[in-house]
Amino acid sequence: MSIVIQDVCKSFGNTPVLQHFSWTVDGPAVLMGRSGCGKTTLLRILLGLEAADSGAVSGVKTPAAVFQEDRLCPQLTATANLVLTGHGLTVGEAAHELRALGFTDAELALPAARLSGGQKRRAALLRALLCRDARTLLLDEPFTGMDAELVEDAVKATKRLTGTRPTILVTHDRAAADLLGWPVREI
Amino acid sequence: MPAPLWQRAAALAAWLVVWQLAAMGLGHGGLFLATPLQTLGALAQLVPTAAFWQRIVFSALRILAGFLLAIAGGLLLGAAGARWRWVRIFIDPVMQLIRAMPVASFVILALLWVRSANLSVVVSFTHVLPVVYAGVLGGIADTDPKLLEMARVYRLPLTARLRYIWLPGVYPSFCESCIAAMGMCWKSGVSAEVIGLPDHSVGDALYRAKITLSTPDVFAWTLVIVLLSAALSALAARLLRAAKARLCGEVQA
Repeated sequence: MSIVIQDVCKSFGNTPVLQHFSWTVDGPAVLMGRSGCGKTTLLRILLGLEAADSGAVSGVKTPAAVFQEDRLCPQLTATANLVLTGHGLTVGEAAHELRALGFTDAELALPAARLSGGQKRRAALLRALLCRDARTLLLDEPFTGMDAELVEDAVKATKRLTGTRPTILVTHDRAAADLLGWPVREI
Repeated sequence: MPAPLWQRAAALAAWLVVWQLAAMGLGHGGLFLATPLQTLGALAQLVPTAAFWQRIVFSALRILAGFLLAIAGGLLLGAAGARWRWVRIFIDPVMQLIRAMPVASFVILALLWVRSANLSVVVSFTHVLPVVYAGVLGGIADTDPKLLEMARVYRLPLTARLRYIWLPGVYPSFCESCIAAMGMCWKSGVSAEVIGLPDHSVGDALYRAKITLSTPDVFAWTLVIVLLSAALSALAARLLRAAKARLCGEVQA
């Protein structure tokens, strides 16, 4: 199954954001572009959260997403957040992957509201990657707020857990895109 | 930040002194204003009697029934009002009318519809309902739309959305309205009893104390109502906070 984007246009008021954008994504891919060029809007259209003014998208089946914001339930632990959206993910599996991305036992016991920005981002990334029934991944700037060493670990986890699923990873970080080694599309 | 306990105790003590001096100044043996000691004396005479406790149970059961009905009604109407705009538009005039209406007017009307024994149920229900309704509506409006979007994308079942997103969003506003409502239902409920005079009620006792000019008893019953209202508000706050941690899966850090 591929994500197919055909001639999509989107404007907010008189400001065009996407103009006749087409792309077919068969496996994992990176989308890059300057700020405000419509990357996030495209992901929101693919997730069904925005309607395109014209054009069509198809092939987004049971998606999982990293949003611009972390959007974790603040009262739950990182593990509980992952299990909540995991569609069959166990506590053990979630905790194992969180530890692999640098979470300590003390941090695993904290509610998400008490985690640092980087910790929340890692949890949000793993939430998408570990969602058991996700057949499409849409990841919006998943490495934001992580230092270089953590980005490296997060990239490895992303590559390992994404597999061959159709995936669009939006980033402005050229180094992270190079580490991923996925096809890059500029917008 | 709340003031230290000793400062609050000192303020209370100062007001007790003012009360004592004012009562002594008015004279007539406390006919117009009972002293704190006369009030405590009257209370000490009431507390050991079975009739005192019977009245408290009679009134508390009815007022709490009205409160619980208002909670259920406020939750249902608030949820429906947040979901369907036309429901909100339809309900709003009634809620505004109830808010603006004096308790006495409503009691006189309600006496035509229900027995005086059940008057406090109806009156506390109707006066608390708009408070809870507004609290639920406000809480639903405060619920994070970004989390709701996340829940939609991740296909969370309704029960999980309710428990982990809606409930934590609605709870603070709902909780505050319940605590405020607990105090209001005692005020409106006892006011209704004073007008409807159901036998064995606190309101009836208050009225009898007034017509027999036993001012210390009026003060003693008033003190009982204030203490009951404060104690039940504190209990409601404690129970609601404990329920929140359990219901919303809250982690204590």
